[in-house]
Amino acid sequence: MPYVRAFGHYVPSRIVTNADLEARTGRDASTIEKSSGILERRYADEGVTVADLGLTAAQACLASANLAPQDIGLILFSSGSSERTFPGPASQLAAKLGFTSTPAIDIPIASAGSLIAIAFAADLAPRYGNILVVASEIMSRRISDADPDTAILFGDGAGACVVSNQSAPNSFRIADTSFFTDGNYAEALKLDHNGAIQMKGLDVIVQASRKIPRAIEDLLTKNNLKPADIPLYLMHQANLNLIRKVAAALQIPEDRFFRNISHYGNTSSASLLIAASEWRAANPVPSDAPIVFATFGAGFNWGSILVFPS
Amino acid sequence: MSTQAGILKVIHAVADISNDPAPDESLFDSGTLDSFTLPDLVTGLEKEFNVKIPDADLVPERFDTVTKIEAYLNTHKS
Repeated sequence: MPYVRAFGHYVPSRIVTNADLEARTGRDASTIEKSSGILERRYADEGVTVADLGLTAAQACLASANLAPQDIGLILFSSGSSERTFPGPASQLAAKLGFTSTPAIDIPIASAGSLIAIAFAADLAPRYGNILVVASEIMSRRISDADPDTAILFGDGAGACVVSNQSAPNSFRIADTSFFTDGNYAEALKLDHNGAIQMKGLDVIVQASRKIPRAIEDLLTKNNLKPADIPLYLMHQANLNLIRKVAAALQIPEDRFFRNISHYGNTSSASLLIAASEWRAANPVPSDAPIVFATFGAGFNWGSILVFPS
Repeated sequence: MSTQAGILKVIHAVADISNDPAPDESLFDSGTLDSFTLPDLVTGLEKEFNVKIPDADLVPERFDTVTKIEAYLNTHKS
């Protein structure tokens, strides 16, 4: 039976406010906040890599899990913003952790990649033992000030978790996972080589508003649960208005959704694990109530995971 | 209740407007609908008219005016 054993995260220290982006893009700072719920985001310094951010998050996660790098049997690294096409940041992270033969696999899926990595890790844990899942993004280098609708949203950061085939104190049992792909929307959210993120916001919001609640409800129904039975939702921090929309669709109070988007913006695939890590740090001994993870992003890819504290 | 009246009922439920939009007035250009209210409109139409609207049909062109919404519903109502 797979468990999430610990979380960790790291965000760069450099804060970029809405006023900073107003000066760059011309988009009014109050409009940025109203349209996204974002007050500020973090940008990585020049020269810092996706693997660098991932390493700091991974080290925090390993420390939280009381594990050493040599206890890890597999690395799954999610990023949609890595510096080069290949090799991806997984192998760079493996080298930074001192590995010379441990498998390290890239999952180059923006936004939903961390959830998909956790789902893969749940299935692979019986074979590989402790699996280090890392999601790291430097989105600030993938935006164009000429496209303020997109540029205002994104920030940089990294999150990590260890998925294990063995339980540990205060770990989370992964009860069920689901993820989906609809490639008919591949053009709605994309990053071409050497380009900037291109996003058709209406398509993204409209489809996410329908697909995320459905994925959550289907997973819960399959496990004889209802949305109201879940006291905590950890969702991809894409846009505060989208989080509210999903809560309304599920007919549950929006305060059941953990939110940190106001401080970090949309950190793509890292956001889910940053949110989980921050929530976990604030709740070191959680109740025994179930938790739902949910995400949506480029592809379109989306899905949900149901866990129980153990 | 006519189809148009049902459509207007749903529009008023999801959008903050006081008057009925004209049948061929663009709901997006007028600000009546946006990316966050279109899903609410579609969900409301599904309940009001007992139809299932596939995600693939959720494009603004199909729901931009009351007339277009009525035409869509007329071809999808059972």
